[in-house]
Amino acid sequence: MKEVELLIIGSGPAGLCAAVSAAESGAKVLVLERGFRPGGQLIKQTHMFFGSESQYASHRGVDIAGILLKKVEEYGDRIEIMLNSTAVGFYEDNVVTVLKDEKEYFKIKAQSVICATGAFEKSLAFPNNDLPGIYGAGAVQTLMNVYGIRPGNRVLMVGAGNIGVIVSYQLIQAGIEVVAVLDAAPRIGAYLVHASKLARMGVPILTSHTVKEAIGTDCLEAAIVCEVDDKFRPIPGTEKRYDVDVMCISVGLSPLNELLAMRGAEMKYVGQLSGQVPMRTESCETSIPGIFVAGDASGIEEASSAMAEGYLAGLCAAAKLGHVPADFEQRRLDYLSQLDNLRSGPVGERIRAGMKISQL
Amino acid sequence: MRINQHPILTFDRGREINFTFNGQPMKGYEGETIAAALHAAGVKVLAKSPEKHRPRGFYCAIGNCASCQMTVDGEPNVRTCITLLREGMKVETQEGKGRIE
Ligand SMILES: Cc1cc2nc3c(=O)[nH]c(=O)nc-3n(C[C@H](O)[C@H](O)[C@H](O)COP(=O)(O)OP(=O)(O)OC[C@H]3O[C@@H](n4cnc5c(N)ncnc54)[C@H](O)[C@@H]3O)c2cc1C
Ligand code: FES
Repeated sequence: MKEVELLIIGSGPAGLCAAVSAAESGAKVLVLERGFRPGGQLIKQTHMFFGSESQYASHRGVDIAGILLKKVEEYGDRIEIMLNSTAVGFYEDNVVTVLKDEKEYFKIKAQSVICATGAFEKSLAFPNNDLPGIYGAGAVQTLMNVYGIRPGNRVLMVGAGNIGVIVSYQLIQAGIEVVAVLDAAPRIGAYLVHASKLARMGVPILTSHTVKEAIGTDCLEAAIVCEVDDKFRPIPGTEKRYDVDVMCISVGLSPLNELLAMRGAEMKYVGQLSGQVPMRTESCETSIPGIFVAGDASGIEEASSAMAEGYLAGLCAAAKLGHVPADFEQRRLDYLSQLDNLRSGPVGERIRAGMKISQL
Repeated sequence: MRINQHPILTFDRGREINFTFNGQPMKGYEGETIAAALHAAGVKVLAKSPEKHRPRGFYCAIGNCASCQMTVDGEPNVRTCITLLREGMKVETQEGKGRIE
């Protein structure tokens, strides 16, 4: 059995920053990543990020992944990234079981673990929602921006939050027609800059609308949409048909953290953080000493906060293992204040409320 | 189905890779996943569901949901959205849970 000092599960912005931060303190780190390329969701994001300088605002997501990987390389003697390796189990004695290349199965024993597994895209219930051609918006972003492949010819986007609106814009950039963006809510959820860009390109954004059903035999051929009332009930007689071969579902993300539940960490459903989350201290430690969480796995936020949490979790996990840098407390407080800044103002209100509920 | 011109991105496609899909010869590129190469070739149905035999395509494309599982080189339940193409790979639509040969 392979033994490691610090195991990090997931190589998104949270996992990579945690790795850099822990290695900087002197810890030996192994990062598991189920995909074949590190970077998490960043690698498909071609738009400029908002936020502050310390989180690389006004860089494109994909370039931020590059910057973080360069930093990882600087600590090449202390950080190993194992690709095509999915953590599938997490047991009481801190043994993590791994499936590599969809074939090999083995165990890793870790002194400390940071779970930075990110999130999964929610789906939506309607008849025929399982037809090929109906994809998560993130999946379409991956296909188009990572592989350069068109998802189809005509797209209906379901969900007018940031991801829905940004992916719609990126579809148009790639030369694909977006027939409409719809959302059951009476207002557009996305930042106005993104939404107005889309509106200027003539894409209708239909609020108070939902999908009634999908139509197709082997693949999606059309979608029936309808209006909803203020209680989200479909209004009969308002049905419209769109002939589309792709429907993107962008109705939010949920934290992905079953591994922590399996390990026995105390979990709680916190609506403000978009799902089941582990209880955690200010320093990202769960109810189990030495087991940490960072990024979307601890509640849905953004890449910027995932990075700050990653740095914080890496610093604190390494310190617990005995690697305490001279400026430990100063750095810890700095990351905490970065997080406070990111969660300030009306936009961060929901997150602040959620954090309070999930705080140990 | 490939994007050749893009205002921001350039796609450096690697070496051409030959593989088969249900016995038919297909081409993709090095560095591409099985699901991506199939989609580029217009193949959207990757599997049939276990009970009602409904068509299944990919859903998340990052290894989360298991909607893209196919039989690859005789091995069932391979998540094709995170498995890279290799020369000579035999890729097959999977019926239900698949069988171990
Ligand atoms: C489609 C989409 C679009 C987004 N757009 C924006 C945006 O424009 N701006 C912004 O600020 N934020 C955006 N976000 C949010 C931002 O990308 C995330 O908040 C951020 O990536 C979270 O970082 P993370 O490291 O927590 O998780 P992720 O980036 O999701 O990384 C998690 C990593 O863990 C790996 N993993 C998961 N489970 C396992 C396992 N069991 N074993 C091994 N590896 C595993 C995954 O493969 C992944 O690489 C978007 C998110 C999504 C899903
Ligand atoms: S499409 Fe979700 S695992 Fe492959």
